[in-house]
Order: sequence, then C-alpha cells, then structure tokens
Amino acid sequence: MASVDVRNVVKVYRRQTEELRVLDGLTLSIPDGAFVALMGPSGSGKTTLLNLIGGIDQPTSGDLEVAGTNIARLKGAQLARWRSASIGYVFQLYNLIPVLTALENVELPLLLVRMSPGERRKRAETALKLVGLGERLKHYPRQLSGGQEQRVAIARAIVSDPQVLLADEPTGDLDRKSAEEVLELLSRLNREFKKTIVMVTHDPHAAERATTRYHLDKGVLSN
Amino acid sequence: MLKLVIVNLFRNPLRTFLTMASVTVALFLFCALGGILDTLQESIKVGSESRLVTRNKISLVQWIPMAYRQRIEAVPGVKRVAIQNWFGAQDPADTKGFFAQFAVDDPWYGVYGKDYELVDATPSSAPADIPEGADPRLASYFQEQTACVVGQKLMEKKGWKLGQTINLAGTIYPGTWPFTIRAVYHAKKKSFGDETMFFHYKYLNEKGMGGFGAVGTYVLELNDPSQASAITHAVDSQFENAAPATLTETEQAFQAGFVSMYGNIPFVLRVIGLAIVFSILLIAANTMMTSIRERTSEFGVLKTLGFTDGAVFRMVVIEAAVITLGGGLLGSLGARALVTGASVPGGFFPPMSIYWGTVLTGIAIAVVIGAVSGLVPAVQASRLRIVDALRRVE
Repeated sequence: MASVDVRNVVKVYRRQTEELRVLDGLTLSIPDGAFVALMGPSGSGKTTLLNLIGGIDQPTSGDLEVAGTNIARLKGAQLARWRSASIGYVFQLYNLIPVLTALENVELPLLLVRMSPGERRKRAETALKLVGLGERLKHYPRQLSGGQEQRVAIARAIVSDPQVLLADEPTGDLDRKSAEEVLELLSRLNREFKKTIVMVTHDPHAAERATTRYHLDKGVLSN
Repeated sequence: MLKLVIVNLFRNPLRTFLTMASVTVALFLFCALGGILDTLQESIKVGSESRLVTRNKISLVQWIPMAYRQRIEAVPGVKRVAIQNWFGAQDPADTKGFFAQFAVDDPWYGVYGKDYELVDATPSSAPADIPEGADPRLASYFQEQTACVVGQKLMEKKGWKLGQTINLAGTIYPGTWPFTIRAVYHAKKKSFGDETMFFHYKYLNEKGMGGFGAVGTYVLELNDPSQASAITHAVDSQFENAAPATLTETEQAFQAGFVSMYGNIPFVLRVIGLAIVFSILLIAANTMMTSIRERTSEFGVLKTLGFTDGAVFRMVVIEAAVITLGGGLLGSLGARALVTGASVPGGFFPPMSIYWGTVLTGIAIAVVIGAVSGLVPAVQASRLRIVDALRRVE
C-alpha cells in the first residue's frame, strides 16, 4: 500500500506575467515504510514536491494522496488538522521556537490534541529520550548544539506519531558527525518504527541511507 | 495556547514593559482628565432640591442689596434665607495656596446643617442663639465677630490650630483681616468640600463695605421643594423692574452655571484625552506589527505543525490585549487611587473625583486599543502562507 501517491501533479508559480512551471505532470508512488531520498540541483523542485506532500502548499493541478487522504482537495483548517495528525516535518534550520525549552518545543504539536498536561509531558519526554536527549529537557535551543537542535526537531516531528516524516535537507546545516547521528536516527525511525520518510538532500552520502533514491531535474523525476 | 502567549510576552520583556507602560501612562492621563470632568459634574451635586439661589441677574460678580432679604423671606414657601458672599482674600504666608472663603450669616449654618459636621470647636463661655439646624458647638463662633469655621483638610494643609488667629490679605476688600479659628468642620457630602473657610457676613459688611450691605447671593431654604418653580418666579417677579433685577435658580442650576463659565474646557479635555489614546493606539499597533514580523518564520512552523489560521489569529490578538489591558488596568485604577481626593486649586470645587464609569471607560478603551492594535498583525499572521513564512528564513 502506498503511503504517498502523487498523480500527475503540476505546480506553476506565477510572478506578474511570467509563469514558472516547477513540477510538470509528476507522478510518484512511495510505499508504506519506505525511506526515499529526493535529490537534484537547486531549483529542480525538490522542496516544492516535499511541501506539496506535506500539505503546506497546494498543487496547481493533479492529485496527492498522502497517509490515506487526498489532500489536494483539503483546505484551511481541514488541511491543518490533517498535517497535525499525519505529517512530521523536519527543517534544514531546525526551526525550534527559541523561547521554549526542548520539552516545550516537542509538546507543541500535542497542544492541538485533546490530552492532559501530564500525558503531554510524558509523551514529549519519551520522544526526546528516543532521540537521545532525555537529559536536555529543560534546555533552550540556544543551549544546544546544531545536531542536538535537529534531534529536538525530529522529536517534535514524531511526537504525535505521524505516518509520514518529511525532512528538508536535515543535515544541510550540520557537521559530519552530527549529520551521521541525525541520519542514523532517521534510519532507525524507518527501520524500527516503520515510518515512511521522504528526505530532500543534496548530499549523496546522506542519500545512501535511503532505500530508494529519486533524482528530480526541471520538474521531471528519474530513478 | 495561553502558555505560548505568556512566553511570547516575555520574549522581549523590555519591549513588553515599555508598551505596557505607555498604555498605563496614557490611560492614567485619560482617566485623570476624565476626573476633572467628573469633578465638575460632582460640584453640581452640591446643590439641594430644597434650596434656591438668588443672585444679580446681570452677573454673578454683581451684588444685590441687603434690602431684598425681607422681601424674599416674605415669599410664601420660603422657609428661611441665608447670605453667602465670596471674599477672595489671600494668606500672605502662602499666596499661591489659594482657598475659598465665604462670608455667611448665622442662618446659613442651619440651612447647610446637614452638609457638614463639626470635628472640633472652642467651648463657649456663655450661651448663644443657635439657628435651627446648626450645631450647638458653634456657640463660641456666633459670639465672636472675627471668628471663622475652617475645613478639616484646609487646617491640615495650612498647619493651623483651633483657636489660632490668622491674618488674611483682602483683594476685593483690601486690608489685613484677622480671623480666629473657632470651629473645624468635615464635609458630610464630598461635594461640600473640606477646604473652605466661612466667617461672619457682619464682619465683612462692617469692615469691608462700611455697612453698605451688598450681598453676593441669597440661599433660600424651601418648605416644599416641589414649589421651587413657583417660588423662583415669585422672587424674580418682585424685582423684575428693580435695579438690580434678580435671577433665582435651583442650587444645582446655579452650580451648573458656574461650571459653564469654564466654556469649552471640558471639550478640550476630551479632545486631549482622545488624542492621547489615539497616539498610544498607533504606538501599540506598531509594536505589535514589529513583534509579529520578527516571528514570521515561527508562525510558519506553527502552521506546519497543524495550528490553524484562526488559532494564530487568536494568539496574536490575545497577546496584544494582555499588554494593553494590563496597562489599561494599571493606568485607570492607578488614576482612581492616586487622583481621587486630591485638592483642586482655587477652592471652588470639591476634591477630585474619578467616577467608576470613567475608570471602566478607560479599561474598555484599553481593550479596544488591544483589539485594534492586534488586529492588523493578527490578520497578517493568520493569512501568512506557510511556504512564504518559511522562505523568509531559509
């Protein structure tokens, strides 16, 4: 069964009179539990495809079925609720909220779910322990290294137990050692917790961790 | 959600403090200015429905003859008539510390008997005629022509003692005027005021007018307040063709007329108050916009995590409301606590009042400032497309 099913998706950006066709009838099927790396030069449409799969951008045309829902037809609050339940997102620059501790950052997605504060805290602690940061609960992002920040971001992405994890250049801002730790963590989430992972990367070494690699160039996908 | 709002409020504590302080100061000023209007309003309340005031029809500063008194007293329905005359002297030891002084006759203490109470008085050595309704402890005052009765607050302010002789310098009635303080009063009605001095009209008439008998105003006590309109007409019609003619009105109308001499000042105060509020609205809105712009990417992250546009909108509006409502509460309640009871220079008015209505208006304005200043950034934040928000950082 496919966890991500992209069918004939077109994404066109319009700037004044100019039209930029970033994705041109792209079709892609990612099975449940796969670890996919999306590679390609800058401007090839990798992040755009990731954003479409994550429901944070809308296709110009085509269908997108992700985690069992056709998200091309969802709008506003419906799409927000779907994202909250089905998608975990890891950014290149971690994007943690600087005034919240690691624990509070991880708790954020759970604020959208009916849950007691105690249960919320317990689940956030579990997620942080899973990424090896059980001792850093009260630390603020500025008190953590880049690799640790990214691991907090991963904990935040998995805390609501989504089916699909999307990672946009997760190692792009990290040193080699930290990058290895983050990649190992993603591999583990894929292997042990059967998370479907779609990772955009420029780094061939990072892409080697994936079970499937796609190359995207000028909106056209190839293996 | 509320926790996020609180955390964001403390993200830049100095900015939050300064914005809140600016709202506090603005609402303090707004309520203090409103307090002046309230005090003017309060001064009208000094009037009683059972009392009328007769004055010169041309102007309050023109006199009317003593000879009118008997004719006014003869009007059916008039219980008794008292004299009240503005004196306007200065304390040479404190020329800037102006206070009101009135020369009044003995019945005046009976007419206003329910508006004040004596807190101290020099014991009398001999019995005296006490007007109906006046405090018997005023006996020593009634027996001494240069005696005076002073408000409790004025005593404290000037540091005067009971029995002390004070010398005032006359302005309308020149010369040095010695007075001996024989009683101290406390106003039962706030609007009566605690900072006025009363003394014998007889003393003024003999020393200041050479026995001419000019009177500033007559205060008419009525048997039946419902007859006020007919009595007003009866009094004034007696002097319609005399020189001078009189104008009789209820005490409240008299006070209101006194207040109206301030012309457009209440309007100017309202305009100043609103201008302050408007400028603070712009400052608060600008601060909120800056604060929200700095967090654009964070709103993108929150929305990616599943926060709806509505949740983001509410978060920003609540944040703005907390800042302005906090400032509004501090400013409005602070003004009431600090300004209420303060003396108004000149002695014409009772102590400063700030009505709860003015305080609530201030708080309501703070809420509106919060809503309006938060509205634009809240709409911007809620409409923000996630991809645009994230792009601003990456």
